[in-house]
Amino acid sequence: MVFSGSGGQGVITAAIILAEAAVLYDGLNAVQSQSYGAEARGGATRSDIIISDTIIHYPKVIQPNVLVCLTQEAYNKFYSIIRPGGLLISDTRYVQTEKKVDAQQKEIAMYETVIAKIGKPIVFNICMLGTVIAITGLVNPESIMKALQHRIPADFLDMNRKALDMGIKLGETAKN
Amino acid sequence: MVKKAYLRERFFPHLWCPGCGHGMVLNGLLQAIEKMGLSRNEIVMVSGIGCSSRITGYVDFHTLHTIHGRALAFATGVKMARPELNLIVPMGDGDALAIGGNHFIHAARRNIDITAIVMNNRIYGMTGGQFSPLSGEDVRATTAPYLTIDPGFDVVELSKAAGATFVARTTTYHIQQMSDIIQQAILHEGFSVVEIFSQCPTYFGRKNKAGDAVDMIAYFKKNTTPIGSTAKKENPDLIERGVFVQKEKPEYCSQYEKLVQKAMKGR
Amino acid sequence: MSGNIKFIQGNEACAEAAVYAGLDFYAGYPITPSTEITEFLASRLPQIGGKFLQMEDEIASLCAIIGASLTGCKVMTATSGPGFSLMQEALGYAIMAEIPCVIVNVQRGGPSTGLPTHGSQGDVNQARWGTHGDHAIIALTASNHQDIFALTVEAFNLAEIYRTPVILLLDEVVAHMRERLVIPQPGEMPLVERLKTTVNEGVDYHPYLPREDGRLPMSDFGGPHRYNVTGLFHDMWGFPSSEPRAVHGLLRHLVDKIENRVNQLARYKEYYIEDAKHLLVSYGSSARSARHIVEKRRSRGERIGLLELQTLWPFPHEMVREKCAAAQAVIVVEQNMGQILQVVKLAVDQPDKVFLANRIDGDFIMPSDILNILRLIQGKGV
Repeated sequence: MVFSGSGGQGVITAAIILAEAAVLYDGLNAVQSQSYGAEARGGATRSDIIISDTIIHYPKVIQPNVLVCLTQEAYNKFYSIIRPGGLLISDTRYVQTEKKVDAQQKEIAMYETVIAKIGKPIVFNICMLGTVIAITGLVNPESIMKALQHRIPADFLDMNRKALDMGIKLGETAKN
Repeated sequence: MVKKAYLRERFFPHLWCPGCGHGMVLNGLLQAIEKMGLSRNEIVMVSGIGCSSRITGYVDFHTLHTIHGRALAFATGVKMARPELNLIVPMGDGDALAIGGNHFIHAARRNIDITAIVMNNRIYGMTGGQFSPLSGEDVRATTAPYLTIDPGFDVVELSKAAGATFVARTTTYHIQQMSDIIQQAILHEGFSVVEIFSQCPTYFGRKNKAGDAVDMIAYFKKNTTPIGSTAKKENPDLIERGVFVQKEKPEYCSQYEKLVQKAMKGR
Repeated sequence: MSGNIKFIQGNEACAEAAVYAGLDFYAGYPITPSTEITEFLASRLPQIGGKFLQMEDEIASLCAIIGASLTGCKVMTATSGPGFSLMQEALGYAIMAEIPCVIVNVQRGGPSTGLPTHGSQGDVNQARWGTHGDHAIIALTASNHQDIFALTVEAFNLAEIYRTPVILLLDEVVAHMRERLVIPQPGEMPLVERLKTTVNEGVDYHPYLPREDGRLPMSDFGGPHRYNVTGLFHDMWGFPSSEPRAVHGLLRHLVDKIENRVNQLARYKEYYIEDAKHLLVSYGSSARSARHIVEKRRSRGERIGLLELQTLWPFPHEMVREKCAAAQAVIVVEQNMGQILQVVKLAVDQPDKVFLANRIDGDFIMPSDILNILRLIQGKGV
């Protein structure tokens, strides 16, 4: 799968947490990589994640089964790579989708929900993760929480759990 | 003369030209070490490339003869790894301040406990007489047939600005002052710079009609004066010699030890 | 979860391995894409009483670790292309003065500043011939985190055994990607410690006189033996010499100690080579693409195999010749314009059967890049 967005949105962090959870707590194999330019903020960021129960040789994603786009720039740049009929998750606040894309497009109000209920855009990426795991069922939510525990200060765990749960709910709604 | 015990006699006679000042610097340096009673095993001498840098071959210490300009970077590694050792780094003017200028200012900035000796003869001797960043203007050299237009560095001012905590200047004429200053520099905890005017009769002297070695040494006598002397007030062109800076400031290796304590606590 | 399983970047795997191998002293300068190694060690080394230095540039970093190595420390520096270029003079010094040290070059696109955040394998020949003059060098590479760990430890071991700098050529792709790494238990991997002289104080010690087995026992700076270290040709005491016999003897020693042990130094992996009609030869991140193809095609019954090189220098000519002998076509897969291709052509009996599948646009080499070449060789067109 491919997570894309703008530098600073936490797209790469979300990818790392997902892949780490898969490897350390769900006993799966995963490879995570990213491509980026010189900007630390802004620009179109992309992170590739492969999760598998067998050994992963080729580390990049050519045709993602799952593509997440958190900005219009990322959507425009990457929608064409999705596997036909794949799952494309975008955020309603930032992305205007196009009909021509051959994918199951799920437009989800992740950003607006996070802002409305938590008020902090910093956990937008964790909400997105919740949505992704709810729709795909790839990784256990508890594994995501464990991965978060050794990455972020304890004070922020509650907020992240809230964001993750919120995302899971959004995902479950969108799935049906 | 100094004790032969400090010398590797099998390598004598040395390669320096007759009248070269570098042998006098070697003498002053060894006098200082002898006065301090340092053991040969606790001294590491690191040098780069050039006439001056050959000094390491002649002394019976741990000696590291390295590449052009980088002696201080090598010395920084030795000192950080074994802070209890005394690091002495003799360099030529081109070695220390042209190709090695970056390492020079950064060693000074860290205030790592190394004694840097700049043997300043204002010329590249080993390659046959090209001008250096300490030649200054209106000097004749093989690469300055029409005289230099490059201003020179003032080693003392440069060292002060870069953060050296001991800065001194002397000449090969003032051999007693030289050995006293080197002794103070080695004892000083922090980065110390000793600039020593040294004569190169073969290249600088001949090209610039400065006479023979004796004339050049006499020039050092005539054109330098102790810091703050009345002579200086009367004749501002005189170059001051003596200890310009001697101050206490945390030394790099001891600062690193503190950092280790902090890192271990946070584990 | 076992405490020894990590999900980390290749750069971190390399740094973890260095610590496992007994790294005492690291000096470096920030440069993409190797910076994570420097950052990791800035944090870890002080915690274990090691020394970390951020120097003013890359050549200063290499000089500093050479100095530290002479006091008995295990040392490393890490950089990328431009920094590796800047280090070359000091690298030659470490070769000449026989200083154990490990230099990691996380390759990015070149020449010059090139492509800082993209992968490449363009520094293979620079690792071999970057510093001036005749010399030999050991350069290792790896394609996954477990191997990065193993080869980093190996690099430290070989540096000690041969008293030489060892270059570890990683690349941006494996260095930045994250995957599983199982850190071995202490003692699980053998570590080679510094061979110290047994010569007593006061007895003449020859730092540059090899023993019968070719190894040179060392004495730490600050220890009982005072000797000279120089980048000039030197005698067995380390004193400069331009005496032709001394010069010839030393140069032969520096080259032979490595080139005569090509077979012992050859590290490689092989997959389905025995009956392979088409043999891919690859290394580093490119070998992952190659392996991907091999596994896919094998499952369809195609006779295709992979030789993954881990020792690039000294190049294992004999081994490569033997492994390639039965194949109808050999395809070298690399992310440069054919740097290993050229040596494979020299190694095999029929250079005409060696082809190149490469990528030089900064993008990671895709399975289709290899398939296209395979199809061309098979006369199927692209």
